[in-house]
Amino acid sequence: MFRAAQQFLLLEILKGFYMTFKYMFKPRVTINYPYEKGPISPRFRGEHALRRYPSGEERCIACKLCEAVCPALAITIEAEPREDGSRRTTRYDIDMTKCIYCGLCAEACPVDAIVEGPNFEFSTETREELYYNKEKLLANGDRWEAQLQSNILADARYR
Amino acid sequence: MQEFITLYVMPLLGILGKILMVSVPLIVAMAYLTYAERKVLAAMQLRQGPMTVGPFGLLQPIADGIKLLSKETIIPSGANKIVFVIAPMITFALALVAWAVIPVSPNFVIADINVGVLYLFAVSSLGVYGILMAGWASNSRYAFLGGLRSAAQMVSYEVSIGLVIITVILSVGSFRLTDIVMAERPWWMAIVLLPMLVIFFISALAETNRAPFDLPEGESELVGGYNVEYSAMTFGLFFLGEYMNMILMSAIMTILFLGGWLPPFGLELAFLSWVPPFVWFAAKVCFVLFFFLWARATLPRFRYDQLMRLGWKVFLPFSLLYVVFVAGLLLYTGNLPGVTE
Repeated sequence: MFRAAQQFLLLEILKGFYMTFKYMFKPRVTINYPYEKGPISPRFRGEHALRRYPSGEERCIACKLCEAVCPALAITIEAEPREDGSRRTTRYDIDMTKCIYCGLCAEACPVDAIVEGPNFEFSTETREELYYNKEKLLANGDRWEAQLQSNILADARYR
Repeated sequence: MQEFITLYVMPLLGILGKILMVSVPLIVAMAYLTYAERKVLAAMQLRQGPMTVGPFGLLQPIADGIKLLSKETIIPSGANKIVFVIAPMITFALALVAWAVIPVSPNFVIADINVGVLYLFAVSSLGVYGILMAGWASNSRYAFLGGLRSAAQMVSYEVSIGLVIITVILSVGSFRLTDIVMAERPWWMAIVLLPMLVIFFISALAETNRAPFDLPEGESELVGGYNVEYSAMTFGLFFLGEYMNMILMSAIMTILFLGGWLPPFGLELAFLSWVPPFVWFAAKVCFVLFFFLWARATLPRFRYDQLMRLGWKVFLPFSLLYVVFVAGLLLYTGNLPGVTE
């Protein structure tokens, strides 16, 4: 009897209506994406970059640890000694279509040369543009250096 | 010749002007109803709604209209072409035609006929034909099932709508819509008629195939129901028709229960008399329409057997009893119009 009266007076439905009405005045949770962006963790694993020392010398010493650890076999490295005798890469390619963004290359690197940066907006119109070579990766490093450095600094005390 | 012009051409032009004065604002209102719906739904789901086209997305309905108009109309090869094309036109035309008798303000109504309520009832009942024809002519299972569902649903809920209207007519004593608005009812009639208002609103939701009774369209089970096969402007006409029906149902509710163009609660204040009557009418219609959108944001879809149970086993007996109750009450208190002691 009580249940019937409750149903007849639409109590539950009115409660539902009240709920949605209350929610109408709550602040929106949507982020207007191309104009606003959400916060990104310093550990965010986005587009790769090869970093340089402040002197302008590239960090990578061609140890090939990243190539060995890469589970997706996305990295290809060829190396030979430079004229001054130091060991450098002649080729450093990442196939971004193979990469699974696990971050193991950055973990393996002993000199913090290869890192994954905060950039996630690097979509292209062709597949070929996603086969990154050494120039592209170094250019990325120059472009994002300030942020890469602060990210590594922020994360350093947890390592 | 002079006589011909004064007797036939001038009145015709006058009527045409009046029709335009009603239908053009209606179509604009319908376009912005879609915008309001998206905004209200978005607000209730903590989203933003359309924001990109124009300031606050205000030009979104226009962009949608252009998109629908410029697309290709596809007619399925198995469809009955004539019926397929006529069906959306019928739906749209019927939704507009009903507005002929709706009094927007005391002296603005295209046809103030003395059986306005019956006319409205007849026209809104015809609306089911458009959907049924669309469902059948598409020659598709989903569309056919959608059409069948909507036919059954509209017929069931029309019965209780009819009985609700009868209670109002009993307390007013006239089928003329302007009389219904102006009727001097005893104050307690508002309370007596309140359950009828609720039943009318719920039946109107079912009648216009709105959530939670949007089974004929049921995107999740019927992939769109009777309008699966429709595209471009034929779909646009169904869409227009559905929203127009919503506005129409809100207008009927405003006239039957909420006092049409009169200020709310019988207020006779001086500053309120400056507000033109149609503004009150439009405000009340918007108020009711907000409930339509609100219901969509709140309630999940009914199951089909629940829908039928509610229509036939709850609303029909209840409203039937209520007709008897209201009639008896009016007779007992001597308020039954047309009966003199």
